[in-house]
Amino acid sequence: MDLSVSIGSLTLANPLIAASGCFGYGVEYADVVDLSLLGGVAVKGLFLNEREGHPPPRIVETPAGMLNAIGLQGIGVHRFVREKLPELRDRRAVVIVNICGTTIDEYCEVARILSDHAGVAAIELNISCPNIKEGGITFGCSLTGTHDVVSAVRKVTPLPVIPKLTPNVTDVASFARAAEDAGADAVSLVNTFLAMAIDVHTRRPKLTNIVGGLSGPAIRPIAVRMVYECRQAVRLPIIGMGGIATADDVLEFMIAGATAVQIGTASFVDPFLWTKLLDGIRAYMTRHELTRLADLTGTLDTTKKETAWISS
Amino acid sequence: MPIDVDAAVISNTRLSDDYSVVALAAPEVAALARPGQFVMIKPSRGIDPLLRRPFSIFEILRDSRGAATGISLLNKRIGIGTGLLYDVVPGARIGCLGPLGQPFEVIDPPVEAWMVAGGVGLAPFVTLAEALKARGTTTRLFYGARRGSELSYVELFEGLGVGPVLATEDGSRGARGLITAPLGAALAAAPRASEVRLYACGPTPMMRAVAGLAASHGRRCDVSLEQVMGCGLGGCYSCVVLTRTTGGPPHFVRSCIDGPVFDAADILWDSLAH
Repeated sequence: MDLSVSIGSLTLANPLIAASGCFGYGVEYADVVDLSLLGGVAVKGLFLNEREGHPPPRIVETPAGMLNAIGLQGIGVHRFVREKLPELRDRRAVVIVNICGTTIDEYCEVARILSDHAGVAAIELNISCPNIKEGGITFGCSLTGTHDVVSAVRKVTPLPVIPKLTPNVTDVASFARAAEDAGADAVSLVNTFLAMAIDVHTRRPKLTNIVGGLSGPAIRPIAVRMVYECRQAVRLPIIGMGGIATADDVLEFMIAGATAVQIGTASFVDPFLWTKLLDGIRAYMTRHELTRLADLTGTLDTTKKETAWISS
Repeated sequence: MPIDVDAAVISNTRLSDDYSVVALAAPEVAALARPGQFVMIKPSRGIDPLLRRPFSIFEILRDSRGAATGISLLNKRIGIGTGLLYDVVPGARIGCLGPLGQPFEVIDPPVEAWMVAGGVGLAPFVTLAEALKARGTTTRLFYGARRGSELSYVELFEGLGVGPVLATEDGSRGARGLITAPLGAALAAAPRASEVRLYACGPTPMMRAVAGLAASHGRRCDVSLEQVMGCGLGGCYSCVVLTRTTGGPPHFVRSCIDGPVFDAADILWDSLAH
């Protein structure tokens, strides 16, 4: 049974990737998860320098989901390569580094530094964080901005470049196309949906940042639809995410067109879910006599359904 | 290393209209737990609420031979998750991940340990009092609540040789007013030469006041902070607390892995939501 999938030149042992912003720098989870068993670990978004992020409260729960406005607190790329990367390397994690910038130069500088260090498998471009004003989303909400940042980073690193797309646009597929045209190796989608929650008694926002990003099972059907739309628009591998919590959810994204998936919120609830998901995927492959999981990608059957109750 | 147990509810003892003690069969968690640590609880299989809730480990349950069989939680009904927990029935299964977080430093004699609890903030002090007793450390408990019916387990502390000082806001039990009044008097009366370590857990305004009293009397105070937590493992950066750094600007640290126990002098109290 072959669970491996390919993202450009990168081969992952299986399609399960820990989502950026939901798994710290990976090392936090080394006690509970064998990091080498994951397809990949997307570490928390890194700017060139350290950042403190937003004041708490930074999260609030909503039905079947949560809003977050962490504000990209982080240790910066220099401390990451010094303090975290060696342990990730020792634990044989496939490390995808999510990078941020307020300018294209900053993205390029962070990408250059990471490219000089062994143990980084790919770069995910955060052009979609809804919680900070400067940088990020300003690139991700403009087709030319997306094209410019992807093509600039493409020129400075030999590593696979994977822009992470925001769902907070009218037509996400056009952004996937812009990324493809600019030389991206894959796209990941979706980041969180811009949202808010209000305490009716105090009439105050429940998040200090007022607005935040919605994740969790609540967004899954929308994310599946967006992966499906992107699959129609580009040939690039797609890393799908949004509310995945079970093996069926993983398979749903793959059938819609994802080559691999990321899991975030669900690993907050169950940090041990990875082996359960792999077991569920294997059971599905056995049941459906599938020897290569990669063959499932984009196999959505939209042909007109026969009236089965008559023929059988 | 934390463990995730699908723990059976042994009992759910209602202490009042809001408070209950939920006993869980979780011997593996109990065996590893140290005073001040917490568990992440999933009171239902559903997705509303979606996330786990942090709870201090209230008691370590033991069989007749002293072997750890489980833990209990002191629960106060506030939101959806704590409401579900208030209503759980014996035999139900509850996700229990832990133990997590930095424990209290259990102080040795001749230093005295003074524990200060407000309401449900009593939760970490049963296990701490037991550990202090095992070391022969003289221990006191200052315990306040809104009304007498919310003061629980006073006899248990008396049994551990801890003479609790009580206060209620409505005066129905102990001194009338906030617990910080008798605490302040005791701090003022303590001989200068004596050594005292304060441990505080309760509402943020109470912990802030205790931290202020401790500082003005030159005593160290450790606080157990409760913040809104996403994962409990350091993954999400939700539960941050703004702390002082030596020679640098204030810094957000994660209360799940760097806390929940902090030296009160390190906390920038203005930054904490009440």
